[in-house]
Amino acid sequence: MFDFPLLSLVTFLPTVGAAFILLIRGEEEVVARNARWVAIWTTVMTFGASLLIWMGFNPATAEFQFVEQKAWIGSGINYHMGVDGISMLFVLLTTLLTPLCILASWESISTRVKEYMVAFLIMETMMIGVFCALDFVVFYLFFEGGLIPMFLIIGVWGGERRIYATFKFFLYTLLGSVLMLLAILAMYLKVGTTDIPTLIAAGFDPTWQRWLWLAFFAAFAVKIPMWPVHTWLPDAHVEAPTAGSVVLAGVLLKIGGYGFLRFSIPMLPEATEFFTPLVYTLSVVAIVYASLVALMQEDMKKLIAYSSVAHMGFVTIGIFTFTTQGIEGGIMVMLSHGLVSAALFLIVGVVYDRVHTREISRYGGLVHRMPIYAAVFMVIGLANVGLPGTSGFVGEFLVLVGIFQVDTWVAFLATTGIVLSVAYTLWLYRRVIYGELVKAELKDILDLNRREIAVFTPLVVLVLYFGIYPEPLLEVMHVSVANLIQSHEMAMNGGSAVALANR
Amino acid sequence: MLHAALVFAPLLGAIIAGVFGRFIGDSASRLISCALMTVSALISILVFYQVAIEHNTVVVELVTWMDSGAFEVAWALRFDELTAVMTLVVAVVSCLIHWYSIGYMSHDPHIPRFFAYLSLFTFAMLMLVTADNFLQMFFGWEGVGLCSYLLIGFWFNKPSANAAAIKAFVVNRVGDFGFALGIMAIFLIFDSVDFTTVFNAAPDVAGSSIVFLGANFDTMTVITMLLFVGAMGKSAQLGLHTWLPDAMEGPTPVSALIHAATMVTAGVFMVARCSPLFEYAPDTLMLVAIVGASTAFFAATVGLVQNDIKRVIAYSTCSQLGYMFFAVGVSAYSAAIFHLMTHAFFKALLFLGAGSVIHAMADEQDMRKMGGIYTLLPLTYTVMWIGSLALAGIPFFAGFYSKDIILEAAYADGTGFGNYAFTLGIVAAFLTAFYSWRLLFMTFHGQARAEESVMAHVHEAPKVMMIPLVLLALGAVLAGFLAHGAMVGEGSAFWGNSLFVLPENDTVAAAHHVPFWVKALPAGLAVAGIAIAWWLYIARPEIPGAIATMHRPIYAFLLNKWYFDELYDLVFVRPAKLIGYTLWRGGDGRIIDGFGPDGVSATVIRLARRAAQLQTGYVYHYAFAMLIGVVGFVSWYFYVVGG
Repeated sequence: MFDFPLLSLVTFLPTVGAAFILLIRGEEEVVARNARWVAIWTTVMTFGASLLIWMGFNPATAEFQFVEQKAWIGSGINYHMGVDGISMLFVLLTTLLTPLCILASWESISTRVKEYMVAFLIMETMMIGVFCALDFVVFYLFFEGGLIPMFLIIGVWGGERRIYATFKFFLYTLLGSVLMLLAILAMYLKVGTTDIPTLIAAGFDPTWQRWLWLAFFAAFAVKIPMWPVHTWLPDAHVEAPTAGSVVLAGVLLKIGGYGFLRFSIPMLPEATEFFTPLVYTLSVVAIVYASLVALMQEDMKKLIAYSSVAHMGFVTIGIFTFTTQGIEGGIMVMLSHGLVSAALFLIVGVVYDRVHTREISRYGGLVHRMPIYAAVFMVIGLANVGLPGTSGFVGEFLVLVGIFQVDTWVAFLATTGIVLSVAYTLWLYRRVIYGELVKAELKDILDLNRREIAVFTPLVVLVLYFGIYPEPLLEVMHVSVANLIQSHEMAMNGGSAVALANR
Repeated sequence: MLHAALVFAPLLGAIIAGVFGRFIGDSASRLISCALMTVSALISILVFYQVAIEHNTVVVELVTWMDSGAFEVAWALRFDELTAVMTLVVAVVSCLIHWYSIGYMSHDPHIPRFFAYLSLFTFAMLMLVTADNFLQMFFGWEGVGLCSYLLIGFWFNKPSANAAAIKAFVVNRVGDFGFALGIMAIFLIFDSVDFTTVFNAAPDVAGSSIVFLGANFDTMTVITMLLFVGAMGKSAQLGLHTWLPDAMEGPTPVSALIHAATMVTAGVFMVARCSPLFEYAPDTLMLVAIVGASTAFFAATVGLVQNDIKRVIAYSTCSQLGYMFFAVGVSAYSAAIFHLMTHAFFKALLFLGAGSVIHAMADEQDMRKMGGIYTLLPLTYTVMWIGSLALAGIPFFAGFYSKDIILEAAYADGTGFGNYAFTLGIVAAFLTAFYSWRLLFMTFHGQARAEESVMAHVHEAPKVMMIPLVLLALGAVLAGFLAHGAMVGEGSAFWGNSLFVLPENDTVAAAHHVPFWVKALPAGLAVAGIAIAWWLYIARPEIPGAIATMHRPIYAFLLNKWYFDELYDLVFVRPAKLIGYTLWRGGDGRIIDGFGPDGVSATVIRLARRAAQLQTGYVYHYAFAMLIGVVGFVSWYFYVVGG
């Protein structure tokens, strides 16, 4: 296939852009303007380059593609990159969302624009790298490296309680990933390499697996986040600037789910099976608990944050069903939530830029002045409740179909989420959009401008398109998911029952 | 191509009116959506002829929707006899209501939005009835729910409309919860969600059992019960009916189309469509019959005392849906769909007639403030009479044929729940006639109770509203007479393979051989109900008030709709809010954060302070600590290492 290092190009192109921005000198205003333009061009080009990955991708094989391997530190630690049908989609999600984030920050970030854009571009590199890495050391570097720009974005450009939120966010994630580092070291000492495909094939002793699994779980459960280690998320979202929330909800949370798919399940099959009831329990609790809590929120961003926790409950349930529908559904929920939650945070950002509050009770009757905004909010809100015809439905329903084959109780409880999600989403919509417009500070509020319409158009189009025709996404993941399930069952049954994988 | 145009023309109308309405203006958007809807209605007549008369059933495959392992779902349009009847009803009634709305909504500031929603609704409803698999049906199902939400809350300035809209969506979702689980169970058992595959395999599955929620149940019973929960939500059956009366907050054409003629009947359609499954689940059929009969009775009693003209008709709808459900409960699917069709005509007529009255009375809906207007609105008055005659089941009007066959089938069923349904159905028939004429008399007769300024402007509606009314009135008169032979006649092959009845359950055939008194009783009771209504509201108008005062608890019980709303508020809404609040403040705030990050950081700070206090700066403190350390170390060395 390609000899051209396309993945490295996509990964490091944003860093190159960041370097350019660092070189910009001059008056503050000029610097800010140039930084914005360099950032948008860089991210758009990155997106364009990532589309080449999609075009060149062969969906008929479960092998890693676009593989690059260079000796690096020696003794089994290499610079190894590659994508399969699962990770490629997340790379695209990242490259799609970042330009929208830059566009959304165009006017709302007015101080230290240069530094902001640099942080954002570096974060993009880190996020893409996480999904492309095929070596644990590379993965870990990207995984942890992503924390720093996010820490800065919240801590510097965030709201009033930003310091509390950043520390909470940082410490939670760090604590989890330190345990993961220990697991990586243990694996390295055991097998003598940090090469991910090699480790997948290695096979670990079942008692060892449980400890390793728990260590990975600590990292990914915090990241995704699962109940009860989710409380950093509402705080981080509330304090983060709009684009920070978008990336956080849109991409960073997915690293947790991706981690389960890439590491926990294939590398540690017995332990995965052993801990599945734990995952189900925590996920069901997350769905019901977070949905109920979301119902009572007074802050828009907190409400969406809790809604994210509930949706991620669907992801973890789906992934741990080990059925085709469950895992594909879990990935679809992640992709769809990447678009929908991003759009929801952007929606909050639009009114926050105008009124500077996220408190729901300060709004009401926006439909009178902002009909386009109301329409966008409606479509995205419906995708959030998983209405058929939106991308949210495809994933959620596949997850439920998957889990119903495994455990009807979990399916039953998880399905209550579809009732509760309607309640909190419509309740939010009603309080913000409907009613008479009586509040004085909203009297002159303006509808979406062209830049904002440009931000929302791709999101709305994709949410509807993938709701009606999700095949482009499902097609790409089929073989990789089937391979995942097959090897899981081989590990569990010594290769006897492969039949289920074909269901 | 033709079939696709039937379904997608309204969608096109919705997109044009909804997205481009602000550019092309009010009249263009409403004309375009009405024109496209008319195209759809005309095609539906053609398709009805092809499919239902000539029996050319077709399935139009469009494109794959989802494909995940064995879970393969396509977008496809299925046209069999059942679908043909439904598309005809939906498209024609919707078309008439589109035109009516031009007049009714002429003063509204949001005309394109209204027509966009209305057309979108029609599209979703058509997708529902033409679905070829359960998932697409679910798409239509949720789609009509969404449009219902949007249209109930159409006047978004009214808090009551917003509340009603959310309530409708949430209660419907409770039903959909069951429907969704039902689809999952179907996939688990049949490895497919396509109607053809599932229905063909149904006889083999009958009698097997499934583990559901940790216990063993009969497979078919579980599946059909879950589906029925969905049907209950959509069709406002007892327990999940609370949203329907509140849905009257929406504009009246919406009530006529969605909350009378089409959407609320989707549950009946779904059960009829799934007759190959329900036939093998006698327990579910029994439940369906009991719920249906109870709803028919319950809603009729509440309808007796309501004062809002639209709410009376709404409860009447709820009650008639109950009839349809107990019909399917006794396996009289064809009778249920027949009643669904006649009901669509006469109930839409009643709602639009009521809309015409409301329009004339300056948006007044309280019947206590009406009266004495029958000379001013002669045409409306006439069509309301026709609608009521059809609803009450007076001979030779549409409702007579369909309601009678349902009651006869229930009688012919002969089982305990068949008799239960028959008895409550007969009582409800009497109540129906009574409240219908109570409505007519209170609205049109007696003293004029409206203010003079209102009375001065009472006028008949414009032609664009009256022509649909006249056409619907024709339907209400003729639909039963024309169709009963084909739809429920003895030995009729009209339905082809679209409905399935086990030979031993064929109550519709048996219904033709019931004693004469069973056939005569409903009509007789209807006449009695009309007579009593005349006596109470025309001859002796002081009596109803006296009865209400004498039996205050019963009156309050009925007026407050058996206190369902209060009960649900107490049992579900408040606890959910309280639990949510407790989990947030207590769970997340006090416990997780309190013992987690905040607690840890507080502890670290406290320990650091303590440690800092040890650093006093006095040399003798440090010397003393060192001395203790040395002593301790030496002792440990001697006893542990040395010893």
